[in-house]
Amino acid sequence: MLLFILKRLALAIPTLLILVTLSFFLIQTAPGSPFTGDFNMPPEILANLEAKYHLDEPLYRQYFYYLSDLLKGDLGPSFKYMDYSVNELVAQSLPLSIKLGLTAFIVMVIAGVALGTLAAIRQNTWVDYLVMSFSMTGVVLPSFVIAPILVLLFAVTLGWLPAGGWNDGHWSSMVLPVASLTIVYIAAVARIMRSSMIETLNSPFIRTARAKGLPTHRIILRHALKPSLLPVVSYLGPAFVGIITGSVVIETVFGLPGIGQHFVNGALNRDYSLVLGLTVIVGALTILFTTLVDILYGLIDPKIRIKH
Amino acid sequence: MKFLSILAATAVITTQLVPAAQAAVVPASTKLAEVQELTVDNNAEPASLDPHKVEGVPGGNIIRDLFEGLVNQDADGNIVPGQAESWLVSDDNKVFTFKIRDSARWSDGNPVTAHDFVYSFQRVVDPATASRYSWYIETTTMANAAAIIRGEKPPSTLGVKALDDQRLEVTLEQPVPYFIKMLANATTFPAHRASIEKHGDEWTRPGNMVSNGAYVLDQWVVNGKIVLKRNPKYWNDKETVINQVTYLPITTDSAKLHRYKTGELDMTGTVPLEHYKRLVQKIPDEVVTSPELGTYYYSFNTTKPPMNDVRVRKALSYAINRSAITDYILGQGQKPAYTFTPESVSGFTPPETDYSKLSQKERNQKAAKLIREAGYGPDKPLEVTIVYNTSEGHKKLAIAIAQMWKPLGVKVRLENQEWKTFLDLKRNNRFEIARGGWMGDYNEASSMLDLHTTRHGQNDSRFSNKQYDVLMAKSRTAATDKERNSLYSEAEQILAEEMPVAPIYQYVSSRLIKPYVGGYPVNNVQATVYTKDMYIKAH
Repeated sequence: MLLFILKRLALAIPTLLILVTLSFFLIQTAPGSPFTGDFNMPPEILANLEAKYHLDEPLYRQYFYYLSDLLKGDLGPSFKYMDYSVNELVAQSLPLSIKLGLTAFIVMVIAGVALGTLAAIRQNTWVDYLVMSFSMTGVVLPSFVIAPILVLLFAVTLGWLPAGGWNDGHWSSMVLPVASLTIVYIAAVARIMRSSMIETLNSPFIRTARAKGLPTHRIILRHALKPSLLPVVSYLGPAFVGIITGSVVIETVFGLPGIGQHFVNGALNRDYSLVLGLTVIVGALTILFTTLVDILYGLIDPKIRIKH
Repeated sequence: MKFLSILAATAVITTQLVPAAQAAVVPASTKLAEVQELTVDNNAEPASLDPHKVEGVPGGNIIRDLFEGLVNQDADGNIVPGQAESWLVSDDNKVFTFKIRDSARWSDGNPVTAHDFVYSFQRVVDPATASRYSWYIETTTMANAAAIIRGEKPPSTLGVKALDDQRLEVTLEQPVPYFIKMLANATTFPAHRASIEKHGDEWTRPGNMVSNGAYVLDQWVVNGKIVLKRNPKYWNDKETVINQVTYLPITTDSAKLHRYKTGELDMTGTVPLEHYKRLVQKIPDEVVTSPELGTYYYSFNTTKPPMNDVRVRKALSYAINRSAITDYILGQGQKPAYTFTPESVSGFTPPETDYSKLSQKERNQKAAKLIREAGYGPDKPLEVTIVYNTSEGHKKLAIAIAQMWKPLGVKVRLENQEWKTFLDLKRNNRFEIARGGWMGDYNEASSMLDLHTTRHGQNDSRFSNKQYDVLMAKSRTAATDKERNSLYSEAEQILAEEMPVAPIYQYVSSRLIKPYVGGYPVNNVQATVYTKDMYIKAH
């Protein structure tokens, strides 16, 4: 298992390097530069700016400057937010995105698994139909549609929750963003969990447990839950990436100062270093998380461990 | 008094009448709210809070609260004293001498001196600062500014010097009669030398920043919020009412509307176009619309066929039904534009151009005739491409204009581009017709008209007309306002005759403002808002 983890982590380094290299050269192909603005700057002012950021030098040299700074942990200055370095912007925004992402992730797993299990136990009853109807609706509605609907209902009409802002992470400011971000994933997890649980409940070992007279809650929690979770766990990797990328929309809609907004603005502003820095961070997080999911998978299913 | 008498004795300098300073003017009967805190939507995150690096409106809005330049604007956009309590202008409009007020203080308690302004002006043009707005100082023609920016002379040679702690002298290379008006722009505001030398680029952080405006920086969460607190050291703090202002960078229309409705915002930065009419009906007192110093227009690329043919340009411009656009498509109080300078500009009434006097039917007839003369018609339809940046508003307008050109036999292709790509196309001369919008940097007609001079960086249409350039150059040396305005009128007539751009409408700015917010400057055409001039009524 340790070897497996080490292998995965070792593989992450070239993956990240490819990611950085591709991103570095791809972003340069976009028309316009960080300094293209409303006003066409006189050439001498543009030259002053380009010299300050090494943009007047050949691209390959800029690339090596970037890599050498990156190795030192320096993500460079932001071209748009001139008072900040990318490190500072990331340090300010990443904790928010992590808090939002992890909360959403935990809510997704707990709610999805609970709803799916409930629907499976109460198969073909009104509870099942209700959960499945929610899942159908949740799966087809993207977060940028769900978010304004939730805001209109819970903030504007009922006045229960704020319509936007972070408020230093107060729970009331997190409810709507987390809900908007997770509904689609809760729906998906519930569907996966339901079919998996139904399949498990029809297995011979569950029938044996029932025949032994074990109470239902014990059968579910002790025997059925673990094997039913396998397909859910394999879905967690893509779901995590989805939550991270989905937060781009949510952070913009709710005006949250996380990395999602930096991604959007960074790309639009051609803030090369900001986009690259975030690509590295999100790339590293994605690799780390998919590795964790794989480890978790191995822990649940011993067959996977043997294979590796 | 001593200051005035010394200068009067030199007999080369004339005094300038200076209006009284402004502050929050609270009507006597008004009961103020106990909590004087304002939350404002600022539309976007500012690029910087350094007055010499800032660009764009969101940054300017905050910097006006944090820093104060030599002058301010009043609620009607007139120039009023700021850090300078008075100033003197030489007869040839080339030498300006300012008297810094005794009570001007930095937020750390130290006096603001003429030396602070010398340092600041030099810092803007110093290539090492890499200021994106240093061109603004160059346009004032401050002595040696251009050479310093090009790296040919040291910043110390700039035409600005401290005669003593409180007297600042600025020398221009060319006469600029509206120089004082240009000083309301954030680029000319002072920055605190000691903080910059101590903290470097981090001097703009809360705790590091020392400023001289009515407010100081308290919190800054990028993309989250910027909170300013009242500056007790500000020279006019006793007449400031609002204690705290929070700026939120809300980019989406629906979000700002929702947060205004829930009471999280006291003022929005804009009003979503599609909600405007409904909001005016529902909450008419809260929709505040002001004229703006700006024009929306289409640039014709005069260097490439078919747009290098003036008949084509005029035909296309004439066929645009501007009233239909302002009344039915926009409907926020925008006015049709037949000149490039909007009517809202201070001190100049744009002339009535010939085509503005015609009915739309007559304009259409002339357009049909012109396009035939240019060799286009049913057998040889004119095919053009309109390029615009991503926005529902620009798209709507382009579709309507394409329809208006249809009767001329013009086939239009619409090309939507992402903002930077769009700017790149224009800069590299790769367009036929491009949408444009220009807001004056200072409230004077030249801020609009200079755009069409041959060497102007924003002259997208690549219009080059010697007579026009001469007129604009002459306007700087005109002895009287009347003479200058007559030159501006002539310039407008050339634009109407040559039509390098088709002016379409004059901008307005709209905001939602809670009825309990007082002191908002409705008549300031540059939408220059100072929080110190506002107050919150009991509600």
